[in-house]
Amino acid sequence: MTQQFIHQVQQKMRSPHLDLLIRKGMQGGLWAVTAIGIVFLYLPIAVLVIYSFNASKLNAVWQGFTLSWYHSLFTSVAGTGSDFTSEQIWEALWNSLQVGGLATIVATVLGTMLALGLERFRFQRKQWLEGLLFLPIVIPDITMGISLLVFFSLAFQIIEQLTGVRLVLSLPTIIIGHVAFNISYVAVTVRARIAELDPVLEEAAMDLGANELRTFGRITLPLIFPGILSGALLAFTLSLDDFVITFFTAGVGSTTLPIFVYGMIKQSVTPAINAISTLMLIASLGIVLTSLALQRR
Amino acid sequence: MTLLNWFSQRLKTNQQRQTFALSLLLFPGTFWLLLFFVVPLLIVVLYSFLERGTYGGVDWQFTLEHYARLLNPIYWGVLGRSLLLAANTTLLCLLVGYPMAFFIASRPARWRNTLLLLVIIPFWTNFLVRIYAWIVILRQEGVINTFLESLHLVGEPLDLLFNSTAVTLGLIYGYLPFMILPLYATLERFDFSLLDAAHDLGANDLKTLIRIVLPLTARGIVAGSLLVFIPAVGEFVTPDLLGGAKSIMMGNLVHSQFLAARNWPFGSALSILMMAIVLAPILIYFRIAEQKLNA
Repeated sequence: MTQQFIHQVQQKMRSPHLDLLIRKGMQGGLWAVTAIGIVFLYLPIAVLVIYSFNASKLNAVWQGFTLSWYHSLFTSVAGTGSDFTSEQIWEALWNSLQVGGLATIVATVLGTMLALGLERFRFQRKQWLEGLLFLPIVIPDITMGISLLVFFSLAFQIIEQLTGVRLVLSLPTIIIGHVAFNISYVAVTVRARIAELDPVLEEAAMDLGANELRTFGRITLPLIFPGILSGALLAFTLSLDDFVITFFTAGVGSTTLPIFVYGMIKQSVTPAINAISTLMLIASLGIVLTSLALQRR
Repeated sequence: MTLLNWFSQRLKTNQQRQTFALSLLLFPGTFWLLLFFVVPLLIVVLYSFLERGTYGGVDWQFTLEHYARLLNPIYWGVLGRSLLLAANTTLLCLLVGYPMAFFIASRPARWRNTLLLLVIIPFWTNFLVRIYAWIVILRQEGVINTFLESLHLVGEPLDLLFNSTAVTLGLIYGYLPFMILPLYATLERFDFSLLDAAHDLGANDLKTLIRIVLPLTARGIVAGSLLVFIPAVGEFVTPDLLGGAKSIMMGNLVHSQFLAARNWPFGSALSILMMAIVLAPILIYFRIAEQKLNA
């Protein structure tokens, strides 16, 4: 019975007219899923931005347009009943920029060197190094975070016993952690660029009498520079974005922006978080558009 | 630089100079990764076999109690939930991401880039900010409840936040682009004229999908699933902010062992288990890929 039915349906499906209809339907379905998917990706962000202008502090009822939440980010001082002070925000932002900037510089240099070594030379046990570079990308953030916490606390204990100097978790420990995960991302990005580079150009320079250093400075470096730049931008974004690894390697007084925002969310949900989130959103959008514009050139 | 120049000129043979340049390039990065990534991981492995210290830290005595404790059914719940939530997330991302990637890949070239950019842009915004957006939407005084109440559809606000559904939603939101990108990469190379060929040979759409499209894009499906599953299973922030006491995942357990309970060895054992869960599918994936390559 069911067999017969299925057979009938299959016969029906053979008809070109119905087939076309189904095809159109499927196209429409694909279009709809994509549209819904993209709305799903943007709706929460849109809500966040819209409610950063809502006058109501307590709930999502729209009570008129206000800039007061943005205003509070810049003017809150201690003892006025606010959960935070502007000074804290500026300090967190400055810390984030310091960590991001320094970690990016170190990771970009080390990552680019590794990429050059891996792509331009042949050596034994290359897979070992590739594996080593791959691990920080796949390992859970929290595992990396706690391992750094454990490492630093043990290292600091040993240093204190040997020299009497007492070290604590602070910005340098955060930077060390960020470099450790960013090296891999930079190396992967730069390596892809070097792979596209025609080795003939370098050989030609050498044939014309340039030594290795000169060839590197005049030929290789300028040609792979866009790759280095996008690697650096990726590292900077990842560093600014990172919460988990920073969380475990930060100490008192080394609050970065994500740590600060996390604290705000945990404390109470106020529209001021929407405002600071919107500003962070604009900043990261600015970075993306800049990097796209750079790649276009 | 001149010192370097002088030194590299002293090395007579080409072979010597190559080796010198290579070690100069590789040493700093490798050293950094060994000291600040591998050594810390090894210390975690070591700590997981040591007794718990009185005030956090460890006592230097060998024990297997932390691994034995992992066998306690109390922790199976958390482990099972982490795997289940990550698997659900992966499956749902695949169900939404595959049609999206398929649609984008079958568009003309200029549309493709625009659509792809649309998918990637939210992913560049801060992770915490994206999770916080869901708190704004789902909480009792949030957007959905306010809307439903204004229509008098519900008398009391619904509990949409602090449960496993909210966590899954947050995870899907966080990792959907990770699924779409590798799927798109394989579908972009997919020859869409094969669809017409299958059609002409009498295969219906379902058959074409199962026999042609899915097998040829299997690589993308596996890669995307790994890219979603791996970070999702080790998540800590999403369940911390969107989940409640009944939806904690392994990451939250590790976090509480290190900060609240101050049981570092047990936390270490937990994170090693987590690492094993993450690395196992990757190793299997590479092994299979290698076999396919050799075959």
